[in-house]
Amino acid sequence: MRAFISSVYLFLYAPIALVVLFSFNAGRSASEFTGFSTAWYGKALGNTFLVSALENSLMIAFTSAALAAVFGTMAALGMERLGPRMRALFDALFAAAIVVPGVVIGIATLVALVAVFSFVNPAIATLWPGAQPPQLGLGYGSIIAAHGLFSMALVTMIVKARIASLGRDIVEASSDLYATPLTTFRLIVLPQILPSILAGFLLAFTFSFDDFIIAFFVAGSKTTLPIYVFASIRRGVTPEINAIATLVLVASLLLILTARVLMREKKSKSGE
Amino acid sequence: MQAAMNTKRNLVTAALVAPAAAWLCVFLVLPFIAMLVFAFGERAPEGGYQAAFTFAQFANLPTRAAAFWNTLVLAPAGALLCLLVAYPVAYYLAVKANPRYRLILVSLVVVPFWTSLLVRTYAWMYILGSRGVPNLLAMIGIEDVRMLNTPGAVLLGIVYGYLPLMIMPIYVSLEKLDRRLLEASADLGARPVSTFFGVTLPLSLPGVTTGVALVTILLLGEYLIPQLLGGGKVFFIGNALVDLFLQSRNWPFGSAIAVTLVAVVVVVLMVAMRIAWKVAGTRQVDLV
Repeated sequence: MRAFISSVYLFLYAPIALVVLFSFNAGRSASEFTGFSTAWYGKALGNTFLVSALENSLMIAFTSAALAAVFGTMAALGMERLGPRMRALFDALFAAAIVVPGVVIGIATLVALVAVFSFVNPAIATLWPGAQPPQLGLGYGSIIAAHGLFSMALVTMIVKARIASLGRDIVEASSDLYATPLTTFRLIVLPQILPSILAGFLLAFTFSFDDFIIAFFVAGSKTTLPIYVFASIRRGVTPEINAIATLVLVASLLLILTARVLMREKKSKSGE
Repeated sequence: MQAAMNTKRNLVTAALVAPAAAWLCVFLVLPFIAMLVFAFGERAPEGGYQAAFTFAQFANLPTRAAAFWNTLVLAPAGALLCLLVAYPVAYYLAVKANPRYRLILVSLVVVPFWTSLLVRTYAWMYILGSRGVPNLLAMIGIEDVRMLNTPGAVLLGIVYGYLPLMIMPIYVSLEKLDRRLLEASADLGARPVSTFFGVTLPLSLPGVTTGVALVTILLLGEYLIPQLLGGGKVFFIGNALVDLFLQSRNWPFGSAIAVTLVAVVVVVLMVAMRIAWKVAGTRQVDLV
């Protein structure tokens, strides 16, 4: 049993370790380690296409996760106050946002946006006073919208679970002591749900940063880091990709570990 | 007074859920309606969509039977393989592991799930590619072994990619298992094997159902693993969809396939919920 468990952990981590190891290879070889070097990192960071893809990814991940954190938390708080039927409707829609495959979300968003643009753009063109009317198109906005959908569902799920475990008595005590609902929220509820909001934000950020398939459909002419990495892999495996892959791994590792610490804290505080 | 307070309360509630509701309508419900409309349309001569009402796209589905066949065989097969590897791990973590190291060991299982699937799949491309394992085999005299671009490579990638998602729900259901039941079973003279099959396994079935359903559903829409490790030879519905939308630009046919895929997902989900209902209380799964 022990041996089996160890080999599963080896199975989970050895491939990643290999990618990291060969990112430090001095030579071009994928099977022979010819010496330690950080040259491929220098090459990757000197690559302007790569750096701009990375900037795009960071911007998109931050925006979609921030929107999701705010709107998702609001939805989680609001759903508490809804009737059972409306709540079930929201639950079903959020569940759909999580369960429907990314490839379908990507296609559906693409199709809908292109259809909407085909109506809106001529309308803008006729109404626009100047010579060059703005054209709506696919790009950052569509990626943020599509990522925001999944992320909002994720944040709502996490924050709702936290709210459900909150003690009602302390909220009631607060209002018995003549605190306004807003004060109660600010002083009692928010501090208790804040770690779960942050954890939701970080997970949403990680999801958006790592997502390939949705962005692949709705990015238009824009490039995100996973799209760039995918395109480079198709051109051939090089240590430079290993260096980029290592950077991506380190970034998501930091995010997920922070998220886990935040979620853990919430559990120990609630006395589990 | 009471009525005024109720109105205010309703307004606050509406304001709280309004942004998310708008988002769900515009970026989930509307896109699904658009996709449904496209699925009954025609391909414009220059690609894209042309308004029509026809069932031609759905009648055309058999031309992509291979993609459906691959997906419907390899997704459940991959999920079951995952289960075979995941169950002992979950069992060890929940029952056997030293409580002191349990948290770290569980973290080590969850963390890979939240790192880039693209990078993790790339790692296997690297290992199975001609300069990886086949190169090492050639050194010891076993020549011409092709590993990449085979169904085996895709299955390996699936197990690698989705193992954490299978372990977690099973671990959660095993962790909640009341140890006294196991002791009672042993006290009543049951051998460990019969305790496992008579007590532990049945009580972990909700976790098993959740895990198999989650992994199967995600695999039905998989694109990256068959693309990178199957190299166009082992393609899933997801690969057919990318081809139809981004290469041959046959949007109505692609929409029809996507609608069919959603229908398959719904059927799998309903079957899973049926089973979950039967094997008693479904539990909340902590994916984080």
